[in-house]
Amino acid sequence: MIDVENLTKKFGDLTAVNGVTFNIGQGEIFAFLGPNGAGKTTTVKMLTTLLRPTSGKIRLNGIDPVAEPERARRTFGIVFQDSSVDDDLTAWENMDLHGVLYDVPDDERRVRGEELLKVVDLWDRKDSQVKEFSGGMKRRLEIARGLLHDPKILFLDEPTSGLDPQTRNLLWDRIRQLNKSEGMTVFLTTHYIEEADLMAQRVAIMDHGRIIAIGSPAELKKQAHEERLEDAFLALTGKSIREEEAAQSAQMRGMGRMFGRR
Amino acid sequence: MKKIYYLWLRQVKKYIRSPIRMVAFVVQPTVFLVMFGYGLGSSFAAGGINYIDYLAPGLIGMSIIFTATFSGLEVIWDRQFGFLKETLVAPMSRTDVMFGRTIGAATASTVQGAITFIVAYLFGFRPVSWGAVLPAFFIVFLIALVFAAFGTILGSLIEDMQAFQLVVNFLVLPLLFISGAFFPLENMPSWLELIARVDPLTYGVDALRVLFADIGHHDLTVPGDTIFLVVLAFICIWLGGYFFEKVQA
Repeated sequence: MIDVENLTKKFGDLTAVNGVTFNIGQGEIFAFLGPNGAGKTTTVKMLTTLLRPTSGKIRLNGIDPVAEPERARRTFGIVFQDSSVDDDLTAWENMDLHGVLYDVPDDERRVRGEELLKVVDLWDRKDSQVKEFSGGMKRRLEIARGLLHDPKILFLDEPTSGLDPQTRNLLWDRIRQLNKSEGMTVFLTTHYIEEADLMAQRVAIMDHGRIIAIGSPAELKKQAHEERLEDAFLALTGKSIREEEAAQSAQMRGMGRMFGRR
Repeated sequence: MKKIYYLWLRQVKKYIRSPIRMVAFVVQPTVFLVMFGYGLGSSFAAGGINYIDYLAPGLIGMSIIFTATFSGLEVIWDRQFGFLKETLVAPMSRTDVMFGRTIGAATASTVQGAITFIVAYLFGFRPVSWGAVLPAFFIVFLIALVFAAFGTILGSLIEDMQAFQLVVNFLVLPLLFISGAFFPLENMPSWLELIARVDPLTYGVDALRVLFADIGHHDLTVPGDTIFLVVLAFICIWLGGYFFEKVQA
């Protein structure tokens, strides 16, 4: 369903993603696990047409997102790492707009929108502008919105960061259910080891832009001679804390663009 | 089509919900009418034309291009607050996304033009015929479309808010002054008049002034102005789609 070969992204001198290759089968739940700045989000952005790769090949359900971005966008849905709701609109308007953009029929939009907002406990606040919401409420709205339609492939970029345990459970239940009933393929990035262990059938451990290990959680534990995935992760990536290199390079990139260099 | 409508609706809702923007809609033309009307009006009276009748079409043009061009800031705003990504990955063409945004901004700018018209009316401006008001607002919408698309192009290329404001002021102010919005083009040196010929606002202001006040530039006509603006609107929207397609996040 997702085939990636030798994918590379460079920002000037910094190589954020360095020759990454992996395949994800249909109906698989696959996790990218790695420390900050490992290149997880950059990879997701290339897969979802938000960034152009420097080199390498991507196929989403057989479609090349670089050559046919519009067709590729019809195959997936995504929950972003940081907020992407509109603060001036109400919770309901955000849901409704998303449903329209993703071709969810009118009745279904109403029924599912109500159901999802009730589940994330925002139904009472559906007519409030999102700018009045707390960070946690925005995050819940974001998750509810991401589940409004069922795409063939669902990308979740660190979906549970800043999420309360209740919503986290809801998200995982829903994803398991969609994965079973619709055969939805799920690609998630996380730095919570338990999450990868619990949810994913296969895990790729990413560090410094490369995949350093790939396999089922059990295989990875065996490979690192560790009992727990967490210890396997630390054994493979080392114990030093990472700088947020990516954030800095993105800023420099912004400055470059200001002067018309793209 | 429905998607474009929803994106348009979003834009309009954002304007209606921002009291500051609504106040600015009224305050801006009022300030300029007072400043220009009383300031320049006294020195202009010698020419035999009521300066407010001369000035009002120019001010309407000015208020439209500011509102329309600055709408490009919303692209940068949406990028910083994350909503841009939501539209960038949506299963629709980015040209449609861009088009929805542009007509949303053009609608707001047309409303701004209408408010300026009303404020000018309160200051004593009288259109020569009420029948010309409707075609004049078609011109208003065309100017708004051209400059809203232009703003979106700039917003797609520039990621920094301060830089955007700098660039827009740098581009829009000369376009405004050369367009003949405040003083007749005939008195300009010939090289400046040449530049005025490539300024879209020149054609917009000329058409508005003929329709509202029956004062025209000697070799421009309303049909000619209209064709120029329609063609330019198409080009700007096409270019905007092209640049918007290239946006990365």
